This record gives sequence, structure tokens and C-alpha cells, in this order.
Amino acid sequence: MTSARQFCTFYLDHLLFGVESLKVQEVVTYRELRPVPLAPPVVSGLMNLRGQVVVALELRRQLELPERPVDMTPICLVVRAASGTVCLLADEVGNVVEVDEQTFEASPETLSPRLRTVILGVHKLEHKLMHVLDTDQACEIRAVSQAQSNGA
Amino acid sequence: MDDCDDIVKEFLVESYENLDRLDRELITLEKSPNDREILGSIFRTIHTIKGTSGFLAFDQLGAVTHVGESLLGRLRDGQLTLNPAITTGLLAMVDAVRQMLASIEATGVEGERDDRTLISRLTSLQTAADAVGKSGATGKRKAAAAAAGAAQAIRSSRTGSATSGSAKMREAMVVDAVEKLKTASPAPPPEVVAERPAESPAERPVERTTAKAQTNEAADGQHGQPAAPGQSASDSTIRLDVALLDQLMNLVGELVLARNQILQFANRSEESGLLATSQRLNLITTELQEGVMKTRMQPIGNIWSKFPRTVRDLALACGKQVRVEMEGAETELDKTLIEAIKDPLTHLVRNSVDHGIERPEVRQVAGKNPEGRLFLRAFHEGGQVNIEISDDGAGLNQDAIRNKAVQKGLISADQAGRMSDREIVNLVFLPGFSTAEVVTNVSGRGVGMDVVKTHIEKIGGTVDLQSKPGQGVMVRMKIPLTLAIIPALIVTSAGERYAVPQVNLLELVGLDREQARKGIEFIHGSPVYRLRGRLLPLIYLENSLQTATTAAAGGGLGRTNIVVLEADGRHFGLVVDEINDTEEIVVKPLSKHLKNISVYAGATIMGDGKVALILDVLGLAQRSKVLAEGRERMPSEEVQSTAEGGNGKHKLVLFTGPGGAQMAVPLQLLARLENIPGGHVERSGNQWVAQYRGQILPLIRVSHALEERRQLSRGEDALRLPTTATLQVLVLEHEHKSCGLVVNHILDIVESALEPQSPATRAGVLYSSVVAERVTELLDVSALLRGGEAYEPVEAAAANA
Repeated sequence: MTSARQFCTFYLDHLLFGVESLKVQEVVTYRELRPVPLAPPVVSGLMNLRGQVVVALELRRQLELPERPVDMTPICLVVRAASGTVCLLADEVGNVVEVDEQTFEASPETLSPRLRTVILGVHKLEHKLMHVLDTDQACEIRAVSQAQSNGA
Repeated sequence: MDDCDDIVKEFLVESYENLDRLDRELITLEKSPNDREILGSIFRTIHTIKGTSGFLAFDQLGAVTHVGESLLGRLRDGQLTLNPAITTGLLAMVDAVRQMLASIEATGVEGERDDRTLISRLTSLQTAADAVGKSGATGKRKAAAAAAGAAQAIRSSRTGSATSGSAKMREAMVVDAVEKLKTASPAPPPEVVAERPAESPAERPVERTTAKAQTNEAADGQHGQPAAPGQSASDSTIRLDVALLDQLMNLVGELVLARNQILQFANRSEESGLLATSQRLNLITTELQEGVMKTRMQPIGNIWSKFPRTVRDLALACGKQVRVEMEGAETELDKTLIEAIKDPLTHLVRNSVDHGIERPEVRQVAGKNPEGRLFLRAFHEGGQVNIEISDDGAGLNQDAIRNKAVQKGLISADQAGRMSDREIVNLVFLPGFSTAEVVTNVSGRGVGMDVVKTHIEKIGGTVDLQSKPGQGVMVRMKIPLTLAIIPALIVTSAGERYAVPQVNLLELVGLDREQARKGIEFIHGSPVYRLRGRLLPLIYLENSLQTATTAAAGGGLGRTNIVVLEADGRHFGLVVDEINDTEEIVVKPLSKHLKNISVYAGATIMGDGKVALILDVLGLAQRSKVLAEGRERMPSEEVQSTAEGGNGKHKLVLFTGPGGAQMAVPLQLLARLENIPGGHVERSGNQWVAQYRGQILPLIRVSHALEERRQLSRGEDALRLPTTATLQVLVLEHEHKSCGLVVNHILDIVESALEPQSPATRAGVLYSSVVAERVTELLDVSALLRGGEAYEPVEAAAANA
């Protein structure tokens, strides 16, 4: 691992998040999604990305954050994960930042175990903390959310 | 090794292809041992592998192919004639090469192996020839030693231990070798091949392999140019990554959508320039789409080419003689489908040789050619690919199957007695039938036939089996051309569109509020609909998908649309809000996240760019508990339907014939019922035709064919095009040809016992019976087709085919 890495940042409920910029294919504006009945709630729907059908996941639900206000249009972060191309819905896109490995600190024990698999830790930026997401984990649908869907 | 990966990969791909061809060619050669052309081709293939393996320093591979090449050289020079022992030896060599290639693919090296037996066997095959021939046997031993020497040379050159003195010499050799590669690689000119045997077969290869190893060193990293000695075909074809084709396919899909939108804008605009350009764009896009679709197509011969070898080995093992014949090997199918039918096809071929075709002595007693015939045939028909595998063996023992089925409790003795022979032989597709003991006890066949059926049905195909005792068995599969694009019915539920694959679709039923209120009944809360006297379980799509917004169940609101579907042999009705249209849709796979939701088969992008989900009818039925999960209740179901056929009931299409009489045609003879607009009928020769699903459908007017044929001259009158707005047409499939019967008015489809109650009163009618409380004439379809004004040309076409 090199000491300096590039992250593509975005906001969720005023928190700053980052995914490795190498994993990000593109950022596109929100377009109409096709809801998928019976799918887990974290699946927002399917998107037509230039002829490719891509599943869109709601990051707020994935990270157990409060629902996005109705009047806010999300942006789509298209990432290449282990499970294929996935579109992650976020509130707002930020800059590409380069961080030094030294500013990194792992997630505290107080974070729920489920979240700790997704949020690897934070980089202490000058003004804010940037949450580092594990791209592959963020694109997984875990058994927990599956169970929720069955309960619903 | 990492640097070489690409070259090695290319080498592997090419060699696999060559080996497959080699198998086929060797078998052909066995039949016509003097075919110089094939011999030359085999020689070149082995030579290419040998050369490249030397270059890539696969010594073992080089050694084995080298003796093989020498043996082939003898054959080609006519010093040796091919006999089964040599063929077997060469095939063994091919197998050894294949194993080594597999090992190289897996581990990067040839693996620890001992090929001395094989090499000495191949060498002794050559010496055997020398005893017959004239030249000294020592040459051969030299050849073997030389191969070892070559390997040695490669090793030393790779370690770079060459002295400066020999380095110069080697440089010269490199130049020489590069020169040779240049001439030999892209299209091995005949003189290179022809010149070889004149020299000592022992020394030349050494020089060559060494030289190539040197080239390797000299090229030093710039692999690539001399690395791919190819066939002459390489000039006109290139190898492509399938992923690239898939990507192109996606892009074309997107282009089609963009085109659609531009067309919409252009139609609204006043500018004629834009309109003309967009029309051109339209045409080009369509052609591009077709072209890209074609790139995914592969000839079925790609999998067939393995069969001659399989059959030969199996026939030898069973002590049988089998000849494989193929027709239509160039018939193309989508790549994914080719993969999917490979195993079922292999299974059927093995079955035919193993159990179908008898031993030579048995065949002779039966008055047949001792050599059995396995016939593979493929052809396009009606947007599908038909594949037939037939043998001229003993056929199935129907009594044994009947007894076995009764004994296994698959059918009752009573049912068994009523079933037709054709129904009986198709029992082998039942899951319960596929046990090994059945095969040995009965005349054979039936192992894994249910697996074959399952596989074929999974890709939307059908399988049918016909057997004539003493004459053999024919299995016919019908496979869709491609899975990438399928015809589907678009329906709407809860404001969203869904696509239902047309293969599952039986019919559509629309009920207005009043009909729905009366027609939909409940069995302990489960809705059912009486469709022609039988109860059809209903599924409300919005309930199944939990998208219901209002309490619509029970059909209180407006019109109720029922899509009658078939899944796993059972019928059920799917209630949707709206039935939109049928469309050809491009199937896109769902991401892993959604794979475990069984009700979806995939997704597609509609003309307006929006995504629609494709329903998996089987999964939907299982989820809604219309079908029990799994296939275990399949036998009873099958029996039920066959029993219906057995108790004399037939499904009949009723229509008004000439003079208002009620007439009937058995439903099983019909492919579809169609409304064809009168304006679409054209004249071709002295018949009516219509364009139908990309084919020309000859039309026979029942009224003309039946009574007025005598009076009508074949002049203008008979050919005056229809004046009515739409024609109701019964589309028949008869001997692979479609034909349309134009009737006055289709009345209904009923199920009724058919018994001749009074003889026919006119030609073209089989007999009269009472159906649905009216005297009904049963149409003699085959007589109609024979005498029909439209039929002769079709027959002629069939004869030409």
C-alpha cells in the first residue's frame, strides 16, 4: 500500500465519505430508477447506464443513516466492485482528495460490527473526518438487510 | 514467464482449435487413407504445435509432437499406409498433447509426465513401415535421439551458456530461422512442406527448434511478431475477446435507444434535412445491430466436430461400427446456446452409439448394413434452430417401456393401454425413468434423458423423440436462435412494465367487470377462473410482487386481464392491469444482488430507455405456490395430460365453414390462430400468400378448397384479393412448412370426444360428429394440403431442400 492514496469523496447526511478513486467508474446525474419489487430495501432500483442494466443501492440505508429528504436529488456514483458494476446513491459529490496514510485511523470499537465491515476507518482531514468505505463491502447486500426485507 | 503469458495463451487457444480439427481429420483420414490434402493439413497442424512448443521451450510437448510429425511424414510420403493401429497411435498422441496443454494452462508447465511409452510406440509404428518400405530403420532412432538433442540445445541456449564462438553461428541460425518463420508462418507454402521429406528427417527439426529457441532469446521481450504461426485462415479472421463483443452489443443497444429518440424529434421537426439524416441513421443502426448480433453466432459444427472422435472411441469399445453423417453443420446459434446444448447433444450421441445401434452381427441378421449410421442434422425453421440426432439402430422397445413405466408407478396399466406409441416412447423423458437398471433391462436409452430435457427446456427449447422398432430413433430439439433477444409480451402491473417470455405464453383472456364478477371464483380463498370448463388457478401479479396499492384483488375495478401461462407443464393465469404489446426484447442479466429473487429472469431496456423486468414464469408460479417447488410432481402431471389424450378427448378449433356449417380442426395440428389484415395478402403465382414472421405463408381458403374448387376457374376470380378488412387464419405446421387456412369465422376452442357419427359428404372432410351441440364436420387437413391451391409450390420447395 502506498502512503498517499486518492479518494473520491461524497456526502451522506452531512458526513464526508470516500471511496478509492480507482474503483470509481464515473459519477452520473440521478435518473429515473426502475424499482424492483421483492428486493431488499437497500436496492433502490435498476438504472439504464448506456444500455447496461445496473443495480442502484441506497447508501444511506446501507450505512444505517436517516432517510434522504424527499426534495433532495441524489447523485449516482458508479463503482466497479467484486459483485460487478454497481451504482451507489449519495447526497452530493465532493472533491477528489489525496490523503496520507498517516492520517488514517481505524473505526472505533463503538461502531456496530456490521458497519465496521463497511467503514474501514477515517482519515483526519484538516476540517473534517473522511469515512473510508470498503467498496466491495458497500456493494454487498448483507444477510441483515436481507432479513429486514423478509420481515417487511 | 509473465512476459510470455499472452503468447502462451494464444498458443493454447490456437492449439486447442487445431486439435479439435485434428481429431476430425484423423477420423476422415481413416476412411480415405490416401487423401493427400487432409494428410497435409494434419501434418501442418502437428508441425505448428511442435514448432511453437520449441519456441516456448515446452520440451516434452516438442518431443511427443516430433515423433508424431515424423510418423505423419512417412504417411504423407506414401512409405506407410494408414491402418487402425497408426490412427490409434496418432489419436493417443493428440490426447497426450491435449493433456500437456491443459497442464500448461493450469500450471504454466507441462507437468511431470512420462511419454516414453508413447514415443517408442509412435517410433515403432514408423519402423514397422520401414520394414515394409526401403529406407533404414536407423533414421528413426536418430529422430528420437535428435529430439532429445533439440531439447538439450534449447535448454543450453536458454541458460545463455553459449560461447562466443558458437554465438556467431547461432546468429546466423536466427536469421535463417526468422527467414523461415516468415515464409512458413502466415500460410505455410506447399514447397516448404514438400521439401522436408527429401532431407534427413532427423536433422532438420533440430536445427529448426534450436533456431526458434534462439529467436526467442534474440527477440528478448519483443515477443509477438514471429510468435503466432497461423493457418491461412488467419488472413481473413481475427480472434476477439467475447467481452468486447458483449460491450459492442451493449453500445449498439444504447445506440438504438438514442436513434429512437432522434427519430421522434425529427418527426416533429420541419427540417427535411434532419428528417433525411435521421432516416439514414435509422437504417444504419438497424444494420449495425444485425451485424453485431451476428458476431455472437457460431456454427453448430463447432461442437459437432468432436463427435466423430467420440463415436469412434465408443464404437471401438462396444465392438460396433458406426458412421457419422452431418448435415447443416454451418447452422448458426448464439454462443451461449452453443455452450448450453453441448452436453445434452453429447449425451444423445453417446446414447445412440451405446444403446441404439446394434452390433454388426445383429445388424446383418436383421438385413441391415453392418455399419450403423448416426445422422446429425441442423436447420433453421421459423426463427428456431432444429437439431435432429437419428440412428438406424433397433429403436426403443415400447412394450418394455410401457411395462417399466407401469411397474414404476409412473402410469397406471389402464393409461398405458390407451397411450399411443409416440406417447410411450416419450415417457423416457420422465425423471423417474432415468435409472441405470432401466437401460440394461430395456433395450436401452433413458439414462439421463430427463436431464437432457431439463437442459433444453431451460434455454427455452423443446425435445421430442420418435422411434420406429427396428429402424431407429430420432430425437429432435428445437432451440431458440438466441437468448440475447427473445419475443416477449409486455404487461403492466402497479404502474410498472414487465416482460413475459413468449415461450410460456398460451393465450390472453380479457374479462369485463361483469364477466370477471361471475367468472372468477374462489376455492377457499384462492381465485380460479373457469377457462373452457377447466379451473385455471389465478395469480395476481401485484400481490405476488407485493406491489398492490389498492385492494384490487377480486377484480372489482374495470377490466380483468388474464395472461394464461404454462410452466413446467401446468397452466395458470396471471392477472395484470394492462396488456401492452408483444416486442422483441434484449435480455440483460440481473446483477448478483438480485439473482436470488426467483421471479425475475432478467431485465431489459424498453424503447423509451426505461428498464423493465423480465418475469421468470416458473419462479413466479413456484413463489405463488401454483406449482409445488421442484419437479417431483411432474410425473403425475404428465400422466394426467397424456391420459386426457388417451380417453378420446381432443381439443378442437371450431369455425364457420362454407355455407355457415360448423367445422373443426384438431388444435394439435395448429401452430397459431392469426388475424391477417386483408391488405397484407399478396398474390404469388396462382395463390394467395401473406408475409408472416419473416416468411411467406401460403394461404388456402377453406371455402374454395372445399366446394367451389370445381366451378372456379384458375383465373382472375380465384385470385381476386380479399375485400374484407381482416382474415382469420389457422396457421398449420405441416412437415416443417407453415401454411395458413383462411376460414370465415373462428368460433371457439373446445375439448370434445371425437367419434365419427356420420360419414363425410364431401371431399376434404373426414367425417361428421356432434360437437358443442352442433353437427360439425372434421376437416381433412392433409387432403386439403395435398389438393390445396397453395400447396404444390411448398411441396416443390421442400423437395428441393
